[in-house]
Amino acid sequence: MSVMTYREALNLALREEMRRDPRVFVIGEEVGLYEGAYKVTQGLLKEFGAQRVVDTPIAESGFTGVGIGAAMVGLRPVVEMMTFNFALLALDQIVNSAAKMHYMSGGQFNVPIVIRGPGGPAAQLAAQHSQSMETYFYHVPGLKVVRPTTPMDAKGLLKASIRDDNPVIFIESETLYSVKGEVPDDPEFLIPLGKAVVRREGTDITVIAYMGMMYRAMEAAEELEKEGISVELVDPRTLRPMDTETIINSVRKTHRVVIVEAGAGFAGMGSEISAFVTEQAFDDLDAPVERVTGANAPMPYARNLEKLKTPSKDKILAAIRRVCNMNGG
Amino acid sequence: MAKAPTRGGAPSALGVDAAVAKRLLTDMLLIRRFEEKAAEAYTLGKIGGFLHLYIGEEAVAVGATSMLRPDDYAISAYREHGHCLAKGSDPKRAMAELFGRRDGLSKGKGGSMHLFDKSTNFLGGHAIVGAHLPIAAGVGFAIKYQGGDQVIICSFGDGAVPEGEFHESMNLAALWKLPVIFLCENNRYAMGTSIERALAQTEIWKFGQSYGIPGERVDGMDVLAVRETVGRAVARTRQQKTPSLIEADTYRFRGHSMRDPAGAVYRTKEEVEREKQRDPIAQFRDKVLTAGLLSEADVRAIEKDVNDRIDEAVAFADASPEPPGEWLFTDIYKES
Repeated sequence: MSVMTYREALNLALREEMRRDPRVFVIGEEVGLYEGAYKVTQGLLKEFGAQRVVDTPIAESGFTGVGIGAAMVGLRPVVEMMTFNFALLALDQIVNSAAKMHYMSGGQFNVPIVIRGPGGPAAQLAAQHSQSMETYFYHVPGLKVVRPTTPMDAKGLLKASIRDDNPVIFIESETLYSVKGEVPDDPEFLIPLGKAVVRREGTDITVIAYMGMMYRAMEAAEELEKEGISVELVDPRTLRPMDTETIINSVRKTHRVVIVEAGAGFAGMGSEISAFVTEQAFDDLDAPVERVTGANAPMPYARNLEKLKTPSKDKILAAIRRVCNMNGG
Repeated sequence: MAKAPTRGGAPSALGVDAAVAKRLLTDMLLIRRFEEKAAEAYTLGKIGGFLHLYIGEEAVAVGATSMLRPDDYAISAYREHGHCLAKGSDPKRAMAELFGRRDGLSKGKGGSMHLFDKSTNFLGGHAIVGAHLPIAAGVGFAIKYQGGDQVIICSFGDGAVPEGEFHESMNLAALWKLPVIFLCENNRYAMGTSIERALAQTEIWKFGQSYGIPGERVDGMDVLAVRETVGRAVARTRQQKTPSLIEADTYRFRGHSMRDPAGAVYRTKEEVEREKQRDPIAQFRDKVLTAGLLSEADVRAIEKDVNDRIDEAVAFADASPEPPGEWLFTDIYKES
């Protein structure tokens, strides 16, 4: 084990996979000479050269399509979106080309591509640079969608994504790049896609969260421990395919559920989790499922308004207390 | 005019020998007959959805593809039956795909707009206008990355030219020197919108100049001219790893799709009749007969052979079962 930042863990995952497999290359805006807008690709150009660390002009649809074409004929591209907001310019390539190629070719052409970069709420970046982007992708059959919360997950999940034979949307976070944590040194350490993790065991309520919201929920759980409420925290890690089994098992144990998500609540991740929990474990519930979500508003710039947009620890605390005091089931 | 390569026998005044002439005529007739039969099957309800016919444009796909090696790649848009067949796909399996049957090239999951054939390096039928141009650039990128000497021909219509992806792809391919031949089939109408109503620069080949790559225009109704122009581009691209842009001046004799059968709202009857005088198959047949490369009997034999093969393709498609229900959920992901 080594202690490193989330950013370093991603960088190490890229290095290890590029050393292991000559078909893996990195392509995107400022990934080479500039060493990445958020320095995730730092040092890669020096180690692997310009053929495998490819700086592009600002042409998201173009270079994403280049990645897809290269993947169709045997390469394994890692496409960096400087921020995932820019992936909207490549949405057609991702949704109509990458996600559907294998299906519409009757299994003849798969697209082993990773599209990665930061997304989700950032710090005062306003409406166009600070939003939860996973919702645009996890609806699409053919895509896998990953949101790694810790440095360990960042490394293990990125390596598994690069080795996956399908298109993987891998959304990091500006706010987590400097978070430190333990990361296994083993270059064969992988975290399989589609497996959730129980981050904290508890008996009274299941709280489901990921990325920044997981850290906030963890603080809330520790505070509630003092009040005698035992919170189990589940992190899905992969949003598609979703590990419903781990979540349902937790619900069967605690009988109460709160879902926390940073994005706007309408048709968000919480809606889906709430739906399958209700469908599969209705009789196990002692109270209605509650969601704590980002406000249904664009991200404002002003610091005070920005704070109101994203779920706070207080809102999470209040929701957990409410659900734990209910006896509806 | 550079001499086109020949395969056995002496090159004629046309620059091709009898064997090549026979193959070109056969391939063009095969596409024509395939499309006519597909139209018939559509009216019988055996083919659904959108069906875009290539009738009138056969010389472009046949001439261009005849200059490729089997390990070269081809990619196209949604009017791609011709490109797929020219690259060597079995008409039986192509027709079965149009019928939505299990023996179709894409197991019946793709349909008319999504023919793919890995065995011939045909990288598909793509139905979002402009979207396959960056993909073609990516294939060029991979060829270079892998140290290969193949090329890819990327066929698209004039309708893709106003799309941003046309310009992004031309820029990237030129910037990175990728072995891609961008082949614009200018049939003058994007659905019902004429090039004059869509493009500030209607001479599409000139966009090559903007990106510092060779741009050329060719008569897309003349299969030999297409061969000559594409052949030069292929040789240059293979050797120098630089992209090319070719604009083939062509015309579709039918409407945009079967839902626009006559294509009569946005173009005049006179124009369509005039263009039909440029029929690439009739022109080429007359030329090879005049040059004495093939006899009337040869041509009749080719026509019979083509008709038989397409009848066989329709019978095959008809007999092929529907895909089993469980296939709905297969091929969504590749299992590792």
